[in-house]
Amino acid sequence: MSKSTLVSTRVNGDAVEFACPADETLMNSLRDRVGLTGVKEGCGTGDCGACSVTLDGRLVCSCLVLSVEADGKEVGTVEGLAEGDKLHPLQEKFIDHAALQCGICTPGFLVAADALLKKNANPSEEEIRYALAGNLCRCTGYDKIVRAVQAAAKDIRKAK
Amino acid sequence: MGHSNKYVEKEFEVVGTRFKRPDGIDKVTGKARYGADATAPGALVGRVLRSPHPHAEILKIDVKKAEKLDGVKAIVTCDDLPDQTNGDAGLAAILENCMARGRALYDGHAVAAVAAVDEQTARKALSLIAVKYKKLPHVTDVDEAMDPKAVVIHKNVFTRGVEPKPSKPSNIAARTQMGHGDIEAGFSEADFIVEKSYKTEQTHQGYIEPHACLASVNPDGTGELWVTTQGHFVFRNVCASLLGMDVAKLKVTSSEIGGGFGGKTHVWAEPIALALSRKANRPVKLVMSREEVFRASGPTSSTSIDVKLGAKKNGEITAGQVELRYQGGAFPGTWAMLGCMTAFACYDIKNQQSVGYDVIVNRPKVAAYRAPSAPMAAFAVESTLELLADKIGMSGIDLRLKNVAREGAKAPYGPIYGPIGIEAALKAVKDHPHMKAKLKKNQGRGIACGFWFNIGGQTCTDINIGVDGTVNLTLGTVDVGGSRASMSMIAAEELGIPYEQVKANIADTGSLGHNDMTEGSRGTFSSGMATIFAAREAIGVLKQRAAAMWGIPVEDVAWEKGQAIAVGKTHNNLPPLSLQEIASKSGRTGGPIAGHNEVVADGAGMGFAAHICDVEVDKETGRSSIVRYTVVQDAGKAIHPDYVEGQFQGGATQGIGWALNEEYIYGEDGRLQNPGFLDYRIPVCSDLPFIDTKILEIPNPNHPYGVRGVGETSIVPPLAAVGNAIANATGVRMTHAPMSPPRVLKALDAAS
Amino acid sequence: MRYEAPATSRDAAAILAKSKETAFVLGGGTDVLVKMRTGLIEPDLLVDIKAIPAMKEIKVSDKGFVIGAAVSGAELSEHKLLRKHLPGLVEAANLIGSDQIQGRCTLAGNLCNASPAADSVPAMIAVGAKANIVGVKGRRKLPVEKVVIGPGKTDLKKGEIIESIAVPRPGPRSGDAYLRFIPRTEMDIAVVGVGISLTLEKGFIKKARVALGAVAPTPLLVSSAARAIVGTKLDDAALEKLSKACSDACNPIDDKRGTIEYRTRIAGVLARRTALIAFERAGGKR
Repeated sequence: MSKSTLVSTRVNGDAVEFACPADETLMNSLRDRVGLTGVKEGCGTGDCGACSVTLDGRLVCSCLVLSVEADGKEVGTVEGLAEGDKLHPLQEKFIDHAALQCGICTPGFLVAADALLKKNANPSEEEIRYALAGNLCRCTGYDKIVRAVQAAAKDIRKAK
Repeated sequence: MGHSNKYVEKEFEVVGTRFKRPDGIDKVTGKARYGADATAPGALVGRVLRSPHPHAEILKIDVKKAEKLDGVKAIVTCDDLPDQTNGDAGLAAILENCMARGRALYDGHAVAAVAAVDEQTARKALSLIAVKYKKLPHVTDVDEAMDPKAVVIHKNVFTRGVEPKPSKPSNIAARTQMGHGDIEAGFSEADFIVEKSYKTEQTHQGYIEPHACLASVNPDGTGELWVTTQGHFVFRNVCASLLGMDVAKLKVTSSEIGGGFGGKTHVWAEPIALALSRKANRPVKLVMSREEVFRASGPTSSTSIDVKLGAKKNGEITAGQVELRYQGGAFPGTWAMLGCMTAFACYDIKNQQSVGYDVIVNRPKVAAYRAPSAPMAAFAVESTLELLADKIGMSGIDLRLKNVAREGAKAPYGPIYGPIGIEAALKAVKDHPHMKAKLKKNQGRGIACGFWFNIGGQTCTDINIGVDGTVNLTLGTVDVGGSRASMSMIAAEELGIPYEQVKANIADTGSLGHNDMTEGSRGTFSSGMATIFAAREAIGVLKQRAAAMWGIPVEDVAWEKGQAIAVGKTHNNLPPLSLQEIASKSGRTGGPIAGHNEVVADGAGMGFAAHICDVEVDKETGRSSIVRYTVVQDAGKAIHPDYVEGQFQGGATQGIGWALNEEYIYGEDGRLQNPGFLDYRIPVCSDLPFIDTKILEIPNPNHPYGVRGVGETSIVPPLAAVGNAIANATGVRMTHAPMSPPRVLKALDAAS
Repeated sequence: MRYEAPATSRDAAAILAKSKETAFVLGGGTDVLVKMRTGLIEPDLLVDIKAIPAMKEIKVSDKGFVIGAAVSGAELSEHKLLRKHLPGLVEAANLIGSDQIQGRCTLAGNLCNASPAADSVPAMIAVGAKANIVGVKGRRKLPVEKVVIGPGKTDLKKGEIIESIAVPRPGPRSGDAYLRFIPRTEMDIAVVGVGISLTLEKGFIKKARVALGAVAPTPLLVSSAARAIVGTKLDDAALEKLSKACSDACNPIDDKRGTIEYRTRIAGVLARRTALIAFERAGGKR
C-alpha cells in the first residue's frame, strides 16, 4: 500500500488536516475522513452534481478533485451554508417551496444555487435552469427547485 | 377495536394545508443520513465481481490469489449462500439474482464478492479473482426471445397460462389473458378499425442514490442491517430467509432513502453484504457504483405491443384488443400481466381482450418502476386512440370522453369501478387554459390519460403521547417523498392539536410490527389510515383518563379540538381538559397514553390522470423540446398539496425522459453500453419548463379522508402525451419510445 | 500513486521525460479522474500543472491571446476581451459539461484528451489556434488541428507538455461561432460539433475556417467547406455547398451517441446554422 499524503485545508472556514492516499478524491476524504456526509456520491464521474462543493469559491464536483489538490485551499460544503442556527435563505426556501422530496440531491443543489446567486443576484428562469443543469434530480421535475431559487434570490436581493 | 375505513365528509383544520416538512432541516443541512452515510468500527469495504458476459457458464472461480492479498478478510461466492429456499421459486430467483449459481445470466450478474480493509484492497482483490467462463448464446430483445429459434435461458421454465402445459421449456414464462365481451362481434360492428404496433426500450428508475448498506452479522445468528430501502420489513424477511437467520434476530433499519420508485423494493447486494459480514465477523459496508446500479439492479421492461381498436361513426369504441410482450430480465416476472390490467382501464369498452407474454432475456432482473408496466401500455393505447379519432374525424378528447369509464363500469381485470376521476380529469383538461394557448411554428399539442390501481397492504403504527402533550408518531412505511409531514398532519388533525406538536419517526424492524413497503402509492393511503385509527384509539384512552380525572362516566366525555369535553347538563361546571393536561397527569391515571393500529389497509382508490403536452420539434434534427406541460390528476384528498404536486411533477418528468431520451443500449455482444448518467439521459433542469398541476379531489369511499394514492399515476400518460404532441407538430406518428432525435428524423424522412 | 506539482513548465516536462511509470498530466482532472474512476487508466504518477504560473494566466497582446493550459472554462467565460473577440471559442469551451465541470476543465485538457467529440477543439481550429509545447529539449508550436492524431492520441512525445494555447487576434470584420448537437439541452457529449471563423471584406467572405467534431476519428479542418463559402455573402446556394462539403467530409462511426447516417446529416444542418451566426458576428448582411 502506498504511503499517504498529508492534506491541510480549510473546510467551511475550519482548519482541517488529514492523511490520505494521493489518488483519493476530495469527495471521499470529506465523507470518510472529515465526517461531512452532506456531500453525496451519485455517480462518481461528474455527471450528477450530488457531490458539489466549492473550491476557493469555485463550484466543482468533489468526485473530480483529488484531496491533494485541495491542500492550502478553501472548501465549501452544504454544512457551511447555515450560520449557526440561522438557515441560509436557499435552505429556507427549499423547505418552504417543497423543493425537495427524497433530499439526496438537495445538498448539491444548494451549493450550486449558492454559487450561482453569488455570481448573478438576479438570474432569469433560463439562467437558473442552465446553471443547475449539472445537478440531477429524479424526484421533483425541478419545478419547485427553480421556484425556491427564485424566491431565495429575491429575499437575498431585498436584504442587501 | 374495529375501525371503519369508510369515507366521511368533514371540514379539515390541518389536512389540506401546506406545512413545512419535519425532516426538511436535516436534508437541507446535510445531516440526514442515507444508505452510504453510516459507519461502524472496524467496518470493511465490500465489492462485487460481476460477469462481463450476457450469458455464460461459470466453469471455475479461483479465489486463492485474492485470499492471500493482505487486507482481504472474506470472499464469498454462491457456495456461501446455500439454497434454503425450500421450493419457493420467487425466493430462489432472488437468491440466484444476488449471486450467480453456476451461470451468469446477464452482463453485470454478480459472481463473487470480497470484503477488505479499504477500497483499494477490495478493488485489487477483485482483479485477482480468476473466473473461467464458457460463453453461451444470448438474447436481449423481447421479440427475439419469443422466437422458438432463440436460446432458451432456463431449461426449467415452462410457459404458465397455456393449456395443455407445454412439454418444452421456453423463454416465455407466462401467458395472461383477461377481458370481457366478444371482440369478434365488437370488431364486426365497427365502422372504423385501427391497428398499430409499438416498441418501448428499457429504462431505469434513475434514483440518484445508489444502493448501499452496512451489514453486521454475529456468530450467534443475530445481525443488523442499515440499508436504503423502500421496505425494511420485507428486506428483513427476505435477507433472513436467504441467510438462514431468524427473522426476529435480524434488525433492519431503513436509512433516509435517496429515491426508489420501485427499484428499492427488492434486495440486490444486501444478502451479499450480510454473507461477507458473517464470514469476516466484521461489519461490511457495501455501496454500489452508478455503473453497478444500471447493470445489476432492477430496471423496467422493454416491450413490444400490438393494439387494435374498432369504433362506430359516433365514436363509440366497439372492441379493443391488445397483445403485450414484456421482458422481465433473466427471471420470470408478471410485468405483462400488469400491462393487461391497465391498458384499457380508463375506458368502458364492452368487448375487450388483453393478452400478455412475460418473457425472459439476458438482462438484469426487472423490478417495479412507478406504476410498473402501465406507461408502455398507455403509450400504445393512447397513441392508437388518436389514430382512431383522426379516422373518425373527432377530437381525441371527445373520443375519450365518449368512452370514458365511470362508476359502475367493469375494469379490464374484473372489478366494478366505484367513484373514479377519469371523466373529471378529461373535462378539466378540456376546460384548461393550456388547451387554448396558441401554438407557434413547429409546435404541437398532445393529450393522454393514465391509470394506476394503488394498493393498501399491511401497516402498523404507534402513537405515543409524551407527558408534555407532544406526540410521537411511529411509522413503519419508509418516507420516500415527505410522507412524515402528511402523517403528522393527519395525526394532528385527528387529535385536534397543532401540527408542530407531532413528531413522526420511521421505526426499525425491532420496534414495530410488519409494514409492507412504500410502493404502489400506498404510503399516505395505508400509513395515513393506520395513523387515523391509532389516533382514534389514543383518543379513546384520553377520554377514559379524563373521565377518571373528573370521576364521571366515559360515555359523557367527548373529544373536540384537542380537548376532552364533559357533555351533558350534569357536568356543565367542568372546564375542558386539554391533551397536555391529561398527558401531564398520565403517570397517576394509568401510565403512558398510546394508540396502536395494525391494519391491512384495503380499498386503495384508483388514481386517474390526464396530461397536456406541448412540444416544439426541430424538423432538421428531429429534436423535441417540451414547451409546456400540465398534469391533471385525482388525489381523492390531498393531505399536503405541495407534496401531491411534487409527485405529479416528478412522475411526469420521469415519463418525459422515458418519452424522449432514456433507454438501455445493448450491443450485439449483449453488453450494456450506457451504464452511467452521461449516456443514460435523464431530463436535466434546462430540459423542462415549469410543470402546471391541477389536483382533483373525488373522495375515495374506502378511506376516512377520501385519500387515494398519488405517487404513480403521473408517470403513465407522458409517453403518449409527448408522442401525440409530436404527431400534432409534424404529422408523423412515433411508435418507438424513446422518441429520440434520430428516430424522429427517420420518421420525418419516411413521411416526406 | 505519486503526485507532483512542479512550479515551471520545464520542471513538468522533465518529470514526465524522466518517469518510467504510467504518468498523466493533471489539469482540470475532469477527464483523468473519470478514467481513473472507471478503471480505464491506473496512473503511477500524476503531474499537476496548476501550480505553474505560465499555465494559469491569460496573456493579451496586440498579436492575440495566450491562454495557459491550466486556465479553467469558468475563467475563460469571465474574461471580457476573450468573450468580445472570440465569442465562439468561449462558448465552445463553456459547453463542456456543467458549471461544476466548468470550474475545472481546460482547453488544453480538452485537446489532449483527444476525444473526437471534444467541444472546444473545432472552435480552436476554426480560429487558428496553436499549441505552445514545452519539452526538455526546447519548445515548439503546433496548429491545434495537428495535435490530435487519433482517438485518444496526440502528437506530443514523451516529456512534452502543452504550456498554453495561442490564438491570433481576429482581424476587423471577423466572427466565430460554435454549435453542437446534443439530444438534451446540456450534459451530453456532442453528437456533432461545428466551429466556423469568418473574416469579411466589403461584405463578402474573404477568409474562412470550418472545423468539424465528432464526425471522424479526429476533429477535422475542412478546407473544401471553407472554399465553398469564400467569396460569397453566404447566400442559400453557398450554404447548400457548405452543408454538402461538411457532410461529405464526415467519416464517423456508429455508436451509442449517433449513427453514421445521423451524424453526417446533422453535420450539414449545423454547418449552415453555425456559419450564419459567425457571419452575423462578423457584421455580414445576406
